[in-house]
Amino acid sequence: MAAAPVATEHPESPEEAAELLRTLGEGGRSVRVRGGGTKRTWAAEGEPVALELVTDGLGRVVEHNEGDFTAVLEAGMPLIQAQERFAATGQMFALDPPLGEGDAATLGGVLATADSGPLRHRYGGVRDLIVGITVALSDGSLAKAGGRVIKNVAGYDLGKLFAGSFGTLGLATTVALRLHPRPDETATAWGASADPAALAGAAATLARLPLEADCLDVAWRDDAGHVLVRFGGAAAERQAGAVVGRLRAAGLDDVRASADDEALWAAQRAGQRSGAGAVLKVSGRPADLADVLAAARGAGGSVVGRAALGLHWITLDGDDVPGRVEAVRAALAPRQCTLQDAPASVRAAVRPWGEPDPGALVVMRRVKERFDPARIFSPGSFVGGI
Amino acid sequence: MDGGLSPALLAELRRACGADWVFTQEHQLRTYESDGLLQYHALPAAAVLPGSAEQVQAVVRACARENVPWVARGSGSGLSGGALPITEGVLIVVSRLNRIVEIDRENARICVEPGVTNASVSAAVAPDFFYPPDPSSQIVCSIGGNVAENSGGAHCFKYGFTTNYVCGLEVVLPDGEMVMLGGKELDPPGYDLLGAFVGSEGTLGVATKAWLRVVPVPETVKTLVAFFDSTHAAGEAVGEIVTSGVVPGAIEMMDKLAIEASEQMAHAGYPVGRGAALLVELDGAEDECEARFEEVVRICEQCGSDDVRVARDEAERQLFWKTRKAAFPAMGRISPNYFVQDGVIPRTKLPEVLDRIDELAAEYDMKVANVFHAGDGNLHPLVCYDGAVEGEAERAEELSGKILEACLDAGGSITGEHGVGVDKRRYMPKMFGEPDLAAFQKLRCAFDPSGLANPGKVMPTPRLCGEVPGPYRRHPLEVAGLAERF
Repeated sequence: MAAAPVATEHPESPEEAAELLRTLGEGGRSVRVRGGGTKRTWAAEGEPVALELVTDGLGRVVEHNEGDFTAVLEAGMPLIQAQERFAATGQMFALDPPLGEGDAATLGGVLATADSGPLRHRYGGVRDLIVGITVALSDGSLAKAGGRVIKNVAGYDLGKLFAGSFGTLGLATTVALRLHPRPDETATAWGASADPAALAGAAATLARLPLEADCLDVAWRDDAGHVLVRFGGAAAERQAGAVVGRLRAAGLDDVRASADDEALWAAQRAGQRSGAGAVLKVSGRPADLADVLAAARGAGGSVVGRAALGLHWITLDGDDVPGRVEAVRAALAPRQCTLQDAPASVRAAVRPWGEPDPGALVVMRRVKERFDPARIFSPGSFVGGI
Repeated sequence: MDGGLSPALLAELRRACGADWVFTQEHQLRTYESDGLLQYHALPAAAVLPGSAEQVQAVVRACARENVPWVARGSGSGLSGGALPITEGVLIVVSRLNRIVEIDRENARICVEPGVTNASVSAAVAPDFFYPPDPSSQIVCSIGGNVAENSGGAHCFKYGFTTNYVCGLEVVLPDGEMVMLGGKELDPPGYDLLGAFVGSEGTLGVATKAWLRVVPVPETVKTLVAFFDSTHAAGEAVGEIVTSGVVPGAIEMMDKLAIEASEQMAHAGYPVGRGAALLVELDGAEDECEARFEEVVRICEQCGSDDVRVARDEAERQLFWKTRKAAFPAMGRISPNYFVQDGVIPRTKLPEVLDRIDELAAEYDMKVANVFHAGDGNLHPLVCYDGAVEGEAERAEELSGKILEACLDAGGSITGEHGVGVDKRRYMPKMFGEPDLAAFQKLRCAFDPSGLANPGKVMPTPRLCGEVPGPYRRHPLEVAGLAERF
């Protein structure tokens, strides 16, 4: 668990935040950025910081251009508030990560951790959905990249660089988003099996079909699992019904379809987090699914994942979690497994990050040096001690 | 002619690539003096055609050792002068690197070398899969060039751009090191260097292999063309379609002049004289497509179209597309010369920006034809002029620049898919302030502290990297007074 910071600051505007960072940069005082505080224990503990910068004063909607399906928001805005606002106009930001305790996850926190949910199957991750970004750097500058149109290749794509950077390059103050129509109706088809190979086979079959599904997930817990496929839009129920036969043909049991599907997907999102246990995020390939399920089963863990993307979350709870984390890593190597939620005892025993390509890590260090030469942003918390 | 390259460097290039693949004679170099934007031309000191990633690395290493700048070139079909050679530098032509390395249908991935053409990626994974980014030049343009430019295409409103489909790159950095950015898997630990590299216009390194994501071919495709009295009415239809929740595979507009020119070339039976044509394509699941298609037809009619033509078969669909894609080359039939502009606006600003373009055309007494990727607000105004008339080209260029300013005033961008290259450097300060450009430079310096990869592109003025950390050294450009240190 990260050490308690000595002080917090709550800048009320991007300019104020940038000015604060200039002062910190000049003084070489380190800072950790905090949004809703729902993912504080992700990443390595790092070096102690002098200050925590909390983004709760950066929660404004700068623009919501309904007709253009874009919005510009300050990064401290809780994602749930942004979604409520978009929903009122029949729109959504097509990113549905678990929102953490009190649904407090902010746009900036989701960006910094590149967290995502089941909708990633169709719409991509945060990197794919942001069209512009403004960042405050340790030299006090406020720099923007991208724009607020959905197609744009002018300048470097710093939005992608900052997505998943865990607040180690600078503070994202403002983010421009591409929005999508919010489907009026959804429906889900799902089937069960106690045979990991059958689940993997069914998921692979669905992934290769041009279904245009919104989500294609898998779940495994207590020696049984499901494959779930969700559709959105006017034809959702018909589309879900049409998949039922395919799930049966793939050998799944207890196949059903329903338009009353919200709880199913809430459970998939919830499966990415754990209060008491440890969660390993697996960056794998679609065809790894059977191996992932086998590794989780071998270690007594549960799984939720994006079947067609090869991204899975394995939760391990109970005794000797560090040993079982390492067992899963060994079973899935060379796939990278990143530790996300984990109690302090596990964090003390297990390295959180996987191993990037050594050559790429050299460039990552140089990126850090250039963007944060004073090394004030969460030093030591990122991959390779960045 | 060797442009001042040292004999040692030339010898090393020949050793690396084989003497047959190192060109230094003017008649050999002429082939490469321009990319698709012919108004810019320059001969490199040498052009090399490496046959493997290792040879690319050897060339880049040799250049790094001698502090010689280089430019990577794919098929040379770019439209911003991004592959314009540097007179005192080396041009690295990747067209011999044209192997498909691996097709992994199980994981919906394909690994290709950078000289492979865009269209051959989809061909390699057919019939089950396809590669969605589809720039108009897809028959010739290379994946390496697509990666550099983050190429889009007619279908990117629904499917996204190159950056959404590249999951891994093998890259030779400007210091000659070879690194993997990303891989077959998504979300590798660390910074998303891959995301920063795609679209960096060859200024951060040269890709020698690309792992691409491919997707299942849609069950069905339905295409229509609707004619309207004005671009305003067609623009209103676009707004209605998108707001209704339909996400068309493509939605393309042509104005009166573009219809007239294209029809002369494609003979699709389009009604010359109508104000606008809207091509709408829906693809996806049969049920969903069918339901949505009727909705699109209804919207077009509600917005004033009295002539909606639905493609009855694949041949007719191809004809609709041929007519749309003929718009650029067809301009040659109505004007001796033309400039293609590439600007982006928020889609809802379409009517006011089109009015502004009309005003500008009247003010300059020049014809401007318009074709758009209407869904994402990407405009391609074609400014017609006669190069034989003195001063016309300059006036056309000025008009073209004012159109970009109109796009920026509307909250848009100076380029949606052609890139900044050398052509739009001067507009960068209109879109980005000094702190923004300084942040871009930080990224550039992290990859290329010596400034050897495609210098003089993207950034409005040459900039040098301060050394972090280490002693200060004067860069040759600085010594020559050609650049300042920021």
